[in-house]
Amino acid sequence: MNIILASFGILAASLMNVAQAATPLGLPPVPVPKNNPVTPAKVSLGDKLFHDKRFSADGTVSCSTCHDRSKAFTDSPLKVSEGIKKLTGTRNAPTVVNAAYMHSQFWDGREPDLEGQSAGPFINPVEMGLKNHQPILKIVRSDPEYRKLFKQAFKKSGKGIKLRHVQMAIASFERTIISGNSPFDRYYFAGDKDAMSDKALRGFKVFLEQGRCVSCHTISQTHALFSDSRFHNLGIGFERINKDVKELASAYRKAKQKGIDVDVEVLTNKNTSELGRFAVSTESRDMGSFKTPTLRNIAKTAPYMHDGSLETLKEVVKFYNNGGRVSDSDPTFDFQSGGIRPLKLDDAQIDDLVAFLEALTSPEYQ
Amino acid sequence: MKRRHFLKGAGALMAGGVLPISLVEVAFGKTQQDNFRFAYISDSHIQQIKGNAFVRNFDRGLTRAVAECNMMDPKPDFVMYGGDLAQLGSKPEIDHGLEIMSACKYKTHYVMGEHDYYLDLGKYWESQLGPQWYSFDHKGVHFVVLNSIIVDDKWTNKWSSGEERMGVMAGLDNPLGSPFMVGAAQRAWLKKDLAKVSKDTPLVVFSHSPLQKIYKGWNFWTDDAEQIQAILKPFKKVNVFYGHVHQIQYNQIGNISFHSVMATAWPWPYPSTYSQAASHLPKLTVEMNRADPFFERDATGWQFIDVWSGNTSMHLQLPENNPRTVAFNQKRKRPEDTKYQSRRIPPQKHY
Repeated sequence: MNIILASFGILAASLMNVAQAATPLGLPPVPVPKNNPVTPAKVSLGDKLFHDKRFSADGTVSCSTCHDRSKAFTDSPLKVSEGIKKLTGTRNAPTVVNAAYMHSQFWDGREPDLEGQSAGPFINPVEMGLKNHQPILKIVRSDPEYRKLFKQAFKKSGKGIKLRHVQMAIASFERTIISGNSPFDRYYFAGDKDAMSDKALRGFKVFLEQGRCVSCHTISQTHALFSDSRFHNLGIGFERINKDVKELASAYRKAKQKGIDVDVEVLTNKNTSELGRFAVSTESRDMGSFKTPTLRNIAKTAPYMHDGSLETLKEVVKFYNNGGRVSDSDPTFDFQSGGIRPLKLDDAQIDDLVAFLEALTSPEYQ
Repeated sequence: MKRRHFLKGAGALMAGGVLPISLVEVAFGKTQQDNFRFAYISDSHIQQIKGNAFVRNFDRGLTRAVAECNMMDPKPDFVMYGGDLAQLGSKPEIDHGLEIMSACKYKTHYVMGEHDYYLDLGKYWESQLGPQWYSFDHKGVHFVVLNSIIVDDKWTNKWSSGEERMGVMAGLDNPLGSPFMVGAAQRAWLKKDLAKVSKDTPLVVFSHSPLQKIYKGWNFWTDDAEQIQAILKPFKKVNVFYGHVHQIQYNQIGNISFHSVMATAWPWPYPSTYSQAASHLPKLTVEMNRADPFFERDATGWQFIDVWSGNTSMHLQLPENNPRTVAFNQKRKRPEDTKYQSRRIPPQKHY
């Protein structure tokens, strides 16, 4: 018995090594929850579920509609996502790429993990528009291909297949959508001094120093996720609610106590959307704050910010350079994060910084 | 029943929480209607760089506190400002700080801090805000505000200019500084002020420095603390709130509960980290964990303070950190951290 256990141990260790070897340059190992280990069977099932349009009210929308591999898993160049019947939500589709590393999911972190996130869009009225998750279960329990895949992935069939298996499979698939190996990674982690242009190198210096970007878009000595997984109020979109913030906050708290569906509220009500993380926590400290997105493949995922309100990377850099204002005649809102301040970058530094951001594209999305 | 009602109210207040201000619920009242709440903002250290340029992070800390204060629901009866509005006590700094404070919708009472004082011995501050020490009554509670940061005349008068004096005092650990005190004049005033207050009236005392001796080198200290404590001793319910230390501290001395409030500007280290001199940080205080120099709000924070039946419960809300509750233990007659009192707080790991 001991011998068998020991050999399992060795097997597990070698699998781990394989997984680590497969991690792209610039990324740490993917965090995987203990109760949902990634297996090839779950990944291929998740891949199929992710691309299946039958899980929407009119059969036109799948997860991949807004998270399209050919657009670095976004719906670029849409400002905000389009669901069934061209209905629009309030937020720009965040990429699935490296979402596995985020400490919470969605722009406001309203779900703790990929499993939780994956169930939301199916039943959001402006996304896939199902009334509930039953139609999904009906399909996966009867479709012969799904029956085979669920058996392989979970050893489940018929009513044994639950929504959580669907969520676990999609999450497992998403844990394989990771990318590094960008020119930056080759420069910074593999010592290839020619991987980035001089312009991008100068931009990297701005990124680390005067631009203050790295404060939130973090990098470490061994890997770079370009996100602190925290929530910050930058001033984007806040003008809509700034004047009425007290009344909106009070009204929202009351509504939340009565049990509104947060997922539906934030995507269908523009005011509620701008409450940001506050809509999840109802803590004043989270007013108007949104999660720091990754910067990987950012050149491929325009437009930018939680509401898609900035069209180009240069506009984004200028927004930060103005201390979190599109134009320097705009007001600075009281709830804006204290870390945002005018940067005094000149035009050349702005262009350099954009060149650096363009060096964060992985080969598979070039 | 009343307790349950109150806790329910407390829940709503917690939800209406603020960063980095403190919210104090005074629940001494005989009936629910008599209870009231006030907010507490402290240590903003508004600092002029040049002309109209001020240190932005400190501006933003105070601006944010005022904005959150205005958002409180239910609203506070008044606001306390705990001192050190300015960094170097100049007119531009005090004006700029008061301009930010002017967005506050509620009546505000101010405490003098050493950074407000040592340029002109509080003259400009006084011209804008009134007396340096005073008392007031609100719904059955007697509030006292002291200027606890004065030092002896010899030190005060030995400098060639106010700027020089302020510069020395602004360096917290400057060995040329001098220990803070309330002084004989205010102690006499305090005795007189309290003479007309019945001994079972709840007392709340605000000072800038702790009215207890913790660490002389950084003026976490009031030299005549024992004499003040003696004046407060005959009262049944006494709570002292102080700023200055930019960190969590609490203590119990006899009938007096002591609590520090958080700063909006920056955190200080604990005196124990400075190994060259003895620290008298109350043994009771379980220190904050510190780890993340890259987060501009780390180790600042806000607290909801429940002064139920004259005893304080601090509910500390710390950005990106575990919340803490320091509550009065009725059995042991002292404030204790409800979770961490008997063990160390694990370090932060999120950075």
